[in-house]
Amino acid sequence: MSIVTVQLGQCGNQIGFEVFDALLRDSHSFQGLCSKRENEAYQTSCKERFFSEEESGVPIARAVLVDMEPKVINQTLSKAAQSGRWKYGQHACFCQKQGSGNNWAYGYSVHGPRHEESIMNLIQKEVEKCDSFSGFFIIMSMAGGTGSGLGAFVTQNLQDQYPNSLKMNQIIWPYGTGEVIVQNYNSVLTLSHLYRSSDALLVHENDAVHKICAKLMNIKQISFSDINQVLAHQLGSVFQPTYSAESSFHYRRNPLGDLMEHLVPHPEFKMLSVRNIPHMSEDSLAYSTFTWAGLLKHLRQMLISNAKMEEGIDWQVRPPLSGLPPLGKMSLSKDLHFNTSIANLVILRGKDVQSADVEGFKDPALYTSWLEPVHAFNVWKTQRAFSKYEKSAVLVSNSQFLVKPLDMIVKKAWNMFASKAYIHQYTKCGIEEEDFLDSFTLLEQVIASYCNL
Amino acid sequence: MTQSVVVQVGQCGNQIGCCFWDLALREHAAVNQKGIYDEAISSFFRNVDTRVVGDGGSISKGKICSLKARAVLIDMEEGVVNEILQGPLRDVFDMNQLITDISGSGNNWAVGHKVFGSLYQDQLLEKLRKSAEHCDCLQCFFIIHSMGGGTGSGLGTFLLKMLEDEFPEVYRFVTSIYPSCEDDVITSPYNSILAMKELNEHADCVLPIDNQSLFDIISKIDLMVNSGKLGTTVKPKSLVTSSSGALKKCHKKPFDAMNNIVANLLLNLTSSARFEGSLNMDLNEISMNLVPFPQLHYLVSSLTPLYTLADVNIPPRRLDQMFSDAFSKDHQLLQADPKHSLYLACALMVRGNVQISDLRRNIERLKPSLQFVSWNQEGWKTSLCSIPPVGHSHSLLALANNTCVKPTFMELKERFMRLYKKKLLFSLVTLLDIPIPHVLEQAVHFVACTRHFFFQVFQ
Repeated sequence: MSIVTVQLGQCGNQIGFEVFDALLRDSHSFQGLCSKRENEAYQTSCKERFFSEEESGVPIARAVLVDMEPKVINQTLSKAAQSGRWKYGQHACFCQKQGSGNNWAYGYSVHGPRHEESIMNLIQKEVEKCDSFSGFFIIMSMAGGTGSGLGAFVTQNLQDQYPNSLKMNQIIWPYGTGEVIVQNYNSVLTLSHLYRSSDALLVHENDAVHKICAKLMNIKQISFSDINQVLAHQLGSVFQPTYSAESSFHYRRNPLGDLMEHLVPHPEFKMLSVRNIPHMSEDSLAYSTFTWAGLLKHLRQMLISNAKMEEGIDWQVRPPLSGLPPLGKMSLSKDLHFNTSIANLVILRGKDVQSADVEGFKDPALYTSWLEPVHAFNVWKTQRAFSKYEKSAVLVSNSQFLVKPLDMIVKKAWNMFASKAYIHQYTKCGIEEEDFLDSFTLLEQVIASYCNL
Repeated sequence: MTQSVVVQVGQCGNQIGCCFWDLALREHAAVNQKGIYDEAISSFFRNVDTRVVGDGGSISKGKICSLKARAVLIDMEEGVVNEILQGPLRDVFDMNQLITDISGSGNNWAVGHKVFGSLYQDQLLEKLRKSAEHCDCLQCFFIIHSMGGGTGSGLGTFLLKMLEDEFPEVYRFVTSIYPSCEDDVITSPYNSILAMKELNEHADCVLPIDNQSLFDIISKIDLMVNSGKLGTTVKPKSLVTSSSGALKKCHKKPFDAMNNIVANLLLNLTSSARFEGSLNMDLNEISMNLVPFPQLHYLVSSLTPLYTLADVNIPPRRLDQMFSDAFSKDHQLLQADPKHSLYLACALMVRGNVQISDLRRNIERLKPSLQFVSWNQEGWKTSLCSIPPVGHSHSLLALANNTCVKPTFMELKERFMRLYKKKLLFSLVTLLDIPIPHVLEQAVHFVACTRHFFFQVFQ
């Protein structure tokens, strides 16, 4: 089943390009350490999911590119075409001349309604190209104007127009210190609106990915290109084909649906995050070997201690002893120690994957009490390796990972809101103070729910 | 992509404007090797086929035929504009986009604003509409003028109200040259205060600059060039003040170097909107991020580096030095010290081979020594443009919405009060039934209001 990606704004389009590039490179440039037949099945599945065919044989990404000013889309289109391996559809872009000016209200209330028809038509065309349609990826940032505001508007429209299809928003969480001054306002408005219309929010934090580039990849001068490539790698390791549960010879048909089913049991809890292991520069990779036991042990501890990557993990954190009630409700004022999960999905790819032991993730102490561990935890194992990694593991988690960052953003936004700074920029486009208040209320509720797990 | 129109008013405005167009051509010539008219060039220039009689048919694609600046030149005396039209840039300007008179405004705001304003209102409107029609998507008017004189100050601010009424959706960015302490125009405090009121009400964003700061920067550069430390000389093209590679060869005018700095400011301000980069910043984002309350829209600017050394092995410390310099008193284009005052917001616009990690590292490093207002502790807006300015490998433009503008405004008010108390030169201003006490008091009131507002906001 196919997934259609909607890339919005500068961030969405820059990342979207890296994602498609990474997916195709993995599927075509690496042998995957498996049989030829298996590899071919993998390639076919990847292609069907993310690309469509054209007479010339060059795969075309199943994507719609949207931006309110032309520079980034032009760049993205030419980069894809230059690679020679794939490209974007000729008429898959929607572009205007003047951007949203980092104004969520402008993206949502002005650009949205004005261009609704054109954008939805483009998406419709892309969906019609799919033989069997699974759902949408929407790639957007929260800090700017187009990705955040127009992204929220488009997601709402997708909800109305395709009520039976799944929508997963890939959200880029901005750096804590300054990218955009009004980023906290834009983020609060985006999250509150997406919470009502999206099915799942897969969050990627710039700060976390930046650290991966610095500490694990050893990149000296980190560019956005580097950051986007790490992100693309993470997404690829989740969404590249995996074996279905029934049989090891068929690739899973509907990963989006299966993932949502496993990870989002309740609509109040839709914030997901990704952790992958190992992650390193190509040079180091040549000299490293891994065992499944080692990888999984680290991954489990990353989950429990809320670590963003495999370096600097706090090994002191332990789950509460089973049989005893959890160690009190989580308090934001103290350092979060133990990260309680609602549901987890681990995806393993590579050599000897069947021998990997994931019992550690089934410990009931890791989870809230409402789901049995057998339902709360799932593992997908695939022989075919991903990218250049002989063994790789990725964890998609619905847990308390994002509570602290979310709380920070809400606090800062509230602080600014209390002084009414910048509000005139939003009210002149139709977003009133009430809309802000509603958004704050919704997010406070989400934070409280996650805290009380 | 969008277009912008430059409206240059008065002697100062036109001289700076002339430098701006010169350097803009130089920059685009350096970046655009193939001579194809592209969207970046179209932001400030039209491509015109001069073989067609009349307006010249506009060509939107293909090779560059003849570039015309999207500019309106206004002056109430002919000297400066005539000189431009006889100089090497004469072909760049559209003859239909000029408004001149003979007598000048006599350094009198009232003459510029009221007399010439009403006299030329229709013509002004017509020229502005024409320039807007030539644009596919007009985003911004850049007004360049001085505050101390008569035309730039009076007529320039008259224009602002007109632009607000006629083109409410288009941003109005004003580059204002404030009079220095030793300004020899006696009426400059009156002119400036009266103009300030208009700026406050009708401009979206104001970049205040003063001659003294520009002069200090020039002196600093001269010192560097002439000191010739062992092995380090300055690359000629890389001076913020240089015109090398541009059309105007003679550098003899004393103000040319100073005007080039302002011209470079405007080029850098618009670079991320014209050229590609990994984190773009459009002109509407400047206003969105740096103007927390409608009236607090005065942005102190600084440009670094002022020059690049010819040393091949420039150590990486140079990059961090660029960031430190941007916050030093000596690099500000206004007599102000943002580092020791309170920031409401700060924008860093970087050009060239600088990546996000460099930017973040420097923000982390400089943050502890800067004071930000309580509701905007991380008040940073950043942008990365891939194309560096001519002669440099990287550059930084810092825009600060900072309380350090207060001393400048207060001082202006003091000078104004000194004249006003002694009822000096009233006759000049009472010329035209302006109810003097009323208008002037309003202007004074405004300055006091701003101060009060700052105070209130930071309680």
